[in-house]
Amino acid sequence: MSTLEIKDLHVSIDTEQGEKEILKGVTLTINTNETHAIMGPNGSGKSTLASTIAGHPRYNVTSGSITLDGEDVLEMSVDERAKAGLFLAMQYPVEVPGVTMTNFLRTAKTAIDGEAPKLRTWTKDVKEAMSKLKIDADFAQRNVNEGFSGGEKKRVEILQLELFKPKFAVLDETDSGLDVDALKIVSEGVNRAQDENNMGTLLITHYTRILRYIKPDFVHVFVDGKVAEQGGPELADRLEEEGYDRYTSVSA
Amino acid sequence: MSETTTHIPEEKARIGAPSIPGFTEEGEDLSPINDNTSSPLGGSAAKAHSHGGGVGVPDSSRAGRLTSYNVDDFAKLTGREEDWRFTPLKRIKGLHTDELTGAAPKVELTGSDVVTLSEVPADDVLNGIAHTPDDRVSANGWKYATTSQVVTIPKNAEGEKATLRITGESLEAAAQHIIVVAEENSEATVVLDHVGSAVLAQNVEFDVRPNARLTVVSLQAWEDDSVHASSQQALVAAGASFKHVAVTFGGDLVRVNPSARFTGERAEVELYGLYFADAGQHLEHRLFVDHAVANCKSNVLYKGALQGKDAHTVWVGDVLIQKAAVGTDSYEANRNLVLTDGARADSVPNLEIETGLIDGAGHASTTGRFDDEHLFYLMARGIDEKTARRLVVRGFLNEIVQQIGDEALQERLTDTIESELAATDN
Repeated sequence: MSTLEIKDLHVSIDTEQGEKEILKGVTLTINTNETHAIMGPNGSGKSTLASTIAGHPRYNVTSGSITLDGEDVLEMSVDERAKAGLFLAMQYPVEVPGVTMTNFLRTAKTAIDGEAPKLRTWTKDVKEAMSKLKIDADFAQRNVNEGFSGGEKKRVEILQLELFKPKFAVLDETDSGLDVDALKIVSEGVNRAQDENNMGTLLITHYTRILRYIKPDFVHVFVDGKVAEQGGPELADRLEEEGYDRYTSVSA
Repeated sequence: MSETTTHIPEEKARIGAPSIPGFTEEGEDLSPINDNTSSPLGGSAAKAHSHGGGVGVPDSSRAGRLTSYNVDDFAKLTGREEDWRFTPLKRIKGLHTDELTGAAPKVELTGSDVVTLSEVPADDVLNGIAHTPDDRVSANGWKYATTSQVVTIPKNAEGEKATLRITGESLEAAAQHIIVVAEENSEATVVLDHVGSAVLAQNVEFDVRPNARLTVVSLQAWEDDSVHASSQQALVAAGASFKHVAVTFGGDLVRVNPSARFTGERAEVELYGLYFADAGQHLEHRLFVDHAVANCKSNVLYKGALQGKDAHTVWVGDVLIQKAAVGTDSYEANRNLVLTDGARADSVPNLEIETGLIDGAGHASTTGRFDDEHLFYLMARGIDEKTARRLVVRGFLNEIVQQIGDEALQERLTDTIESELAATDN
C-alpha cells in the first residue's frame, strides 16, 4: 500500500496586486485503493491543490508538506513526480504542436517506467485502451490534443491514466464539459484503472453527477482554501440537495 | 483600374445577387491586365516583364513586378518597398549598392559521374534560360557575375545524386551565377551546400525540361557572419516535376527567393522549406509559384523554428493562378514555432486567382508558441525538460526533413537541429 499525505499545506500565487494565498492549511491522507472526492464552490482552491501536487510552477508552497510514502514530493521536479507515480488529469489539456499521440505516449511511458515498453504489446495495449474509451484509431497519428474537442481531450487524459498506471491520480474537473455518454465512458476508464492498478484517486469536481459513476469512499468539502467538512459518500448526497450555500453563507 | 470599375455592375447584374466588388463567378478580378490576351502575362505586365523594364502594376498583382537584367532599371532601395519591407538593409553589406567584385565562393561537384559541372562566360546562351532578376540585388548579382557555373543532368539520367559544395572564403561582397539544367526525362537530386563565410548576391536558375524530375536542396549552413541573397528561379516544362527544399540555419542575414514558373501542362512543383533562427539572425524566404498554363499542380510548405532575442524570420508565399491556368491544383502553407520570448515570425501567404475553373487553391499560416504550459504538460507525463523541447521541435520540423530523401543529408540536418536546440539549453 502507498500513501499520499498532505499536511497543513499553504499555497499562494503571484498576482498583479501581490502575493495571494489560495490554500490556507489543507490536510489530507489518501491511500491506494481509496477514492476521495474534493468538492466545493468555484474559487475554493480545488484546482490549486491539483496543480500544486503536480508541481505547476505558478503555485508557491509557503508552508506545509506533501509526501508520497514518506518521500518529499515538493522537492521533486514535475517529471520526477510523474515518475514517482503521480498523475494529473488536467482540466484544460494543452495542444502540443508537432508531436503525434503515438510518439508522445511511447516517450512518456518510457520515461515513467525507465525503459521502453515492448513494441508489440505496447501497440496492442494502446489500441485496446483507445477502443475502450471510444477514441478513434486515427487520433494516434494526430498531434497531441491538436484540434481535439473538449470531450476528446478528457478521454485522452484518461487514456494516459490507463496506460501509465500511476499510484495516485488527481482528476481535475475531468467531468466538466462532458455530456452524459462521454461522462460514462470516462468514468468507466477511471474505474478500470482503479481495479487493475489499485490506484488511489483524488477526484476534484464541482458537481455531484460524476459521483454516480465513480463512487467515493470519502468526501471533502473545500471552502476558501480549507477543508470545511468531510465525511462519507452520504455527504455528496447532501450537497446535491443543498448546494454549497450553507458553507458560503457561513464564511461570508 | 478603370476597366475593373466599369464592368463590375455588369457582373452583378449577371449573377443576380449582391457580390463582392472585384469578384466574378470565376474568382477575383484582381487587375485588368490579363483581359483578352492569350499571352501568359498580358497587358502592362507583359511590358513589365520584357527585359527593358516597364511600368507594371506592382501593387495589384505579383505578375506585374518589374523584372530586368539591368540593375539600373530598379530604383534604389529605401526598405519601404513591398518586397524589401521586412529586410534590414543596414545589414545587407552593400549587395544592393556596391560593386560585387569580391571572390565568388568556390564550387565543387561531388557524388555523381554522370552529372557534370562546367563554367561558361556571362554571354553564354544558357544565361537567362530560366531566370530574369526581379529585384535590385538579384540584378546587381547578374551584373557582376563574370561567369556561370553550369550543372548538367544529361537526358534519361536515373537516380543521380550530386552535391555542389559552395564554400565562401571571403566577406568581400561578391556575385555568383549557377545554372542547373535537367535535360529531358532525367531524374536527379542536386544539393546546393552553402558553407563558409560570404557576402553574396546569387542567382540560380533551374531549367527543368520536359518530363524531367529534379529535386534541389538548397542548404544555407553559412558561418554567423555571412550575408546571402539568393534568387532561385525555375522553369518547369510539360510533364516535369520540380521539388525544391530550402534549408536555412546559418548566416547573419539570409534571403532566399525560390520561384517556379510552369511552361507546359501536367507539370508539378513542390516547394518545401525549413529554417531555424537563433538570436539576432534574419532568415527570409519569399517564394513565387506562377501557374501560367493549364493543368499543373503545386504544393508549398515551409516550417520554421525561432529562438532567442531578435531572431527574425520572414516568409512570403505568392501563388498566382493566371487566367489560362484552368485545372490548377495548388496549396501553400507556412508554420512557425516560436520557442522563446523576443523572437519574431512574419508570415504572409498571398494567393491570386484569375480563373474559377480550378481543382483547388488554398493557403494557410500558423505561428505557435512553445511555452511553459506545453512544457508543464509534457513534464507532468514524466518527460524531462530537454527531451520535451526536442520532442516538440524535432516532430515539428521532421515533416520537411523527410522530404529530402537523402539519408546522409537528413542525418546531418537532424544533427544540426539537435545542436541548435542544445544552444537553447544553455
